[in-house]
Amino acid sequence: MSDSRPIEVDVAIVGGGPAGLAAAMALRAGGVARVTVLEREEAAGGIPRHCGHPPFGLREFRRLMTGPAYARHLVAAALAAGVDIRPRHSVVRLHPGGQLDLASPDGTRQMAARRVILATGVRETPRSARLIDGDRPLGVINTGALQAYTYLEQLRPFARPVIVGTELVAFSALLTCRKAGIRPVAMIEAGTRATARWPTSLAPRLLGVPLHLRTQLVEIRGRKNVEGVVAAGPDGTPREIACDGVILTGQFQPAAELVRASHLRLDAGSGGPAIDQFGRCSDPAFFAAGNLLRPVETAGWSWREGRRVGETVAQDLAGALPASTREVVIERDAHIKLVVPQRLAWPQFGAGIGDHVQLRVARAIAGTLSARANGQVIWQRPIDTLPERRILVPLDALPIPADARSILFQIDPRG
Amino acid sequence: MARPEAEVTAQAATVRIWDVAVVGGGVVGCAVARRFALEGAAVVLLERAPDILAGASKGNSALLHTGFDAPPDSVELACMQAGYHEYLEIRERLGLPLMETGAAVVAWNEDDLVRLDAILAQAHRNGVTDVRRIDRAELMQREPNLAAHAKGAVLVPGEHVIDPWSAPLAYLTQALAHGAAVWRNAPVTGGDFDGVTWHLATPRGPVSARQVINCAGLQGDVLEHELLGSSDFEIRPRKGQFVVFDKAAAKLLTTIILPVPTERTKGVVLCRTIFGNLLVGPTAEEQPDRERAATDSATLAQLRDQAIRMLPGLADIPVTAIYAGLRPASERKEYRIAAKPGRHWITVGGIRSTGLTGALGIARHVWSLYAEQGYRHTPPEVGHWPRMPNLAEHEMRDWQQPGYGEIVCHCEMVTRREIEAALTGPLAAGDRHGLKRRTRAGMGRCQGFYCTARVAALCEGRLHE
Repeated sequence: MSDSRPIEVDVAIVGGGPAGLAAAMALRAGGVARVTVLEREEAAGGIPRHCGHPPFGLREFRRLMTGPAYARHLVAAALAAGVDIRPRHSVVRLHPGGQLDLASPDGTRQMAARRVILATGVRETPRSARLIDGDRPLGVINTGALQAYTYLEQLRPFARPVIVGTELVAFSALLTCRKAGIRPVAMIEAGTRATARWPTSLAPRLLGVPLHLRTQLVEIRGRKNVEGVVAAGPDGTPREIACDGVILTGQFQPAAELVRASHLRLDAGSGGPAIDQFGRCSDPAFFAAGNLLRPVETAGWSWREGRRVGETVAQDLAGALPASTREVVIERDAHIKLVVPQRLAWPQFGAGIGDHVQLRVARAIAGTLSARANGQVIWQRPIDTLPERRILVPLDALPIPADARSILFQIDPRG
Repeated sequence: MARPEAEVTAQAATVRIWDVAVVGGGVVGCAVARRFALEGAAVVLLERAPDILAGASKGNSALLHTGFDAPPDSVELACMQAGYHEYLEIRERLGLPLMETGAAVVAWNEDDLVRLDAILAQAHRNGVTDVRRIDRAELMQREPNLAAHAKGAVLVPGEHVIDPWSAPLAYLTQALAHGAAVWRNAPVTGGDFDGVTWHLATPRGPVSARQVINCAGLQGDVLEHELLGSSDFEIRPRKGQFVVFDKAAAKLLTTIILPVPTERTKGVVLCRTIFGNLLVGPTAEEQPDRERAATDSATLAQLRDQAIRMLPGLADIPVTAIYAGLRPASERKEYRIAAKPGRHWITVGGIRSTGLTGALGIARHVWSLYAEQGYRHTPPEVGHWPRMPNLAEHEMRDWQQPGYGEIVCHCEMVTRREIEAALTGPLAAGDRHGLKRRTRAGMGRCQGFYCTARVAALCEGRLHE
């Protein structure tokens, strides 16, 4: 039965992937007693649960692991550290001050937490939001769904798909296909080069899958199941590729629906909650970590971010994290898609989510990246980058004037 | 795996002569089957797809219309108003939801403003007497997020939002509970009329019936050419594309926002859905193809922009889903309902865009055309009011009650208990599309990123795709 009394905890962590579990362990290590991870799936572990291939775990366990093994290690370590993990618990609403509405097979409950860490991760952009032309047959899925099919359910959704995109995850899709006995017929990328870095980008050639650059997906065809796609190559001529499935990879976006529906400020650039360098949201009872902050980083990166936010929250609960007395807003020009954190808080304290500002660009660009405060350039460097690649600007490289209210990152394109 | 209802009826059919064969399991066919079953006729419904609602009825704007803007004195208006009232009368017993939003026909420029009086006059003439003009101030007070250039509106308090799929599902389920049968995967591939009885051929076996009711929607004229040798009407499929915004959009709007209509179309509607989203659409694109309702990105982007111009807050809200439906319009702007007594045939065609509202009224109208010919049946006691599972966001959902097992689709909060229920019973889902319509699994913002595989595993071997 549903119980009207809220469950009281010190810290509730929403999402049991690498970031959430790392935060939970850091909190326990920091002496916080009641740390609960709320995981909506049947088991914690997050996306690595269904990435059945390496490399995972180098940063965390100094071993090369597959995703599922890594996920099991994380869960075991968290349990050993005294973390309360509650699978099949969905958080349905966030309330100011750290109150959460929960649903579980046992009923609906409220949870009252002194602090909440949001770590709900990312997902790939589905077909609908890409507004792709054509029919809507079965068999047009994201990498995440492909991996759930093959690794969690041992099913094969198709035999000869086309892979769309060349972010790192597209190569994960390729490996997943290979392992499941699925033979992709082509990999297509709208850009002039693969988004993922060498040597990953060599994989299709090694696996005998043709990679078509400067090729746009024009249309999906098929009544019940996919029968083919139409793609336009560099000369713009559309041609049909026969296939029985489409894997739409990447174009990740934070799974920020709880934030969007809540009182917390959402950042339009990153698609995640707006935070300061401690991971603190616009309501100081809420923090955020991992890929919810921005699309998209590796599991190891998210894990480290989670750990740092966990450490910070432990200090906050101990009264050590000072309330912010001055804030500098970080702004960006139109070349820059996102910046995280979106504000810096003074007084400075500890390491926060990292010792840098993260940026990503909206489209492939080369030129000079600069930071300005009070109209003056305070820092600059040349860049030549692609949308899904991370740009890090060390915080201690930014001489922010004491009277600055904001700093602006901008890119002056070359040529 | 065998589906018992279908197997039993397939065997029985070789010896059985049905009173009525309804061809087509769209919303109209389901409502007709219900009406005839409740009146005591022995009804079989034949659907060519693996599940009902696979044609025109799978994609519409899910509104319950008052008929305020329907052609005056038309059969369409009469059917819509009868359907509207019957839906309200039976909906609670069948567990069908209703979101009482009202609609506003909004004038966005001076030309529109001038035309509001005619809309008001027509509404009153159509008997929808609570329709009234509201000025800009009242409109903005009611809908403060509307774009500032709105100039005024006609308010239609009785226009509401419903679930487009649970209603026909309920109609047919109630028909089954009163002796009707449904064959799915049963396209009518041929047929002979011997002067008394129709003998229809389907891949699942022959069907004999004393009367055929053609509710075949987009295939209606094709069926008549095939079986009657000619058709009095011609289907001209009209495609409508839709864009669905994330649930975060629903708080921006209450009232259904309608444009001042043009000669050709009622135009693009902006409204909440019963599932807690917000949709914009449909377009009105004539095309020859009766099966494919393809979406195109340029049109979808235009629709999205159009929605943002009406409701600027949508600019920050992601698109959850896109879809397209085909409306079975004909060469004339009216319903094409007619009995052919000598052929034991009733045509229900050209149910262009008001079929969801009109279905129950159409069913009554068709019944009267049939009864006028002297057919008599003994109505059974109407004892069964099967309740549909609730998917409306504003009412209690399954996940809010303990014991649901697991949440399979997190975006739409669909439970395993709901999926199991949709895979069992007399009208279990026939394919994955039908399962989506019954449960919404995979229809949310991630479009199956998380749940596609789990749903596929739960369905393994239990569908008839």
